[in-house]
Amino acid sequence: MSGFARHRKTGLIIANFTGFEAELLRSLAGQLVELLRNEAAQPRDDQDPFEAMLDFSGPTNAPDDPVLARLFPTAYADDEEAAAEFRRFTEGTLRDGKASAAATIIDCLEEAGLPHELTEDGLHFDVELDEATAETWMRSFTDIRLALATRLGVEEGDEAYWHSLPDEAPETQAHDIYEWVGYLQETLVEALSER
Amino acid sequence: MGHVSAASPVEVEPTLTPDEITFLAKPWVTIVWNDPVNLMSYVTYVFQKYFGYDKAKAEKLMLEVHNDGRSVVSTGSREEMERDVQAMHEYGLWATMEKAT
Repeated sequence: MSGFARHRKTGLIIANFTGFEAELLRSLAGQLVELLRNEAAQPRDDQDPFEAMLDFSGPTNAPDDPVLARLFPTAYADDEEAAAEFRRFTEGTLRDGKASAAATIIDCLEEAGLPHELTEDGLHFDVELDEATAETWMRSFTDIRLALATRLGVEEGDEAYWHSLPDEAPETQAHDIYEWVGYLQETLVEALSER
Repeated sequence: MGHVSAASPVEVEPTLTPDEITFLAKPWVTIVWNDPVNLMSYVTYVFQKYFGYDKAKAEKLMLEVHNDGRSVVSTGSREEMERDVQAMHEYGLWATMEKAT
């Protein structure tokens, strides 16, 4: 697999995936969609119970899950009230946007030839993305990488640590996947920057 | 202070240029913080695409984030900065806003 490249004639952004790679991406995107859609909005603890029942707007507290907390950072560091208001008006929209971006990855892979259940060995196919869809993939790769990195505890300059782990350790495999998505994203940024 | 003088009408200082007036009315900033995940090329791409900065400016800001841990990437009204912070969160960058100092 050589990552994404822009097709000289059509301008489309293209990558070739094996069935295994596409399946892996679908599974990562699927997990992100589930995480984004499943965790219920955090209730406000300072709210009157009656008022809370009538409150259909967004959450005001940072999510408990560290991945979600990283995907939806607190906008005002020193002003709790303003941060809560910001969250209430933005988190729902952000969640929907990120979930639909991840769903776009799944849809494109399936349209390009990834079967519902992968049984065939040696399957591989091209994924061709227009500019806007390629950008959606690029953004969603960020969310997937942030999720993987948060679960793994990736830190600045820790490459030596990951490479020192035994090959068969589950962390090593997860970190390899994280690096692979990073590689895909890097080629996607490059292809999008070319005009 | 401590000296009482006759009240004078509030006036816009005639020496202020339109740019300075705009600056005075824009007391908020959007800050992007360093994280160990986002690619340098991606952060540069986002600054160019969203803010319309040229490559040189986008790279300079990206390097500030990378080397100094944070960079002020835009300045404006509170509402404008809320839009920018939300957009940065859409792109997965870690952004906050505060009053300009």
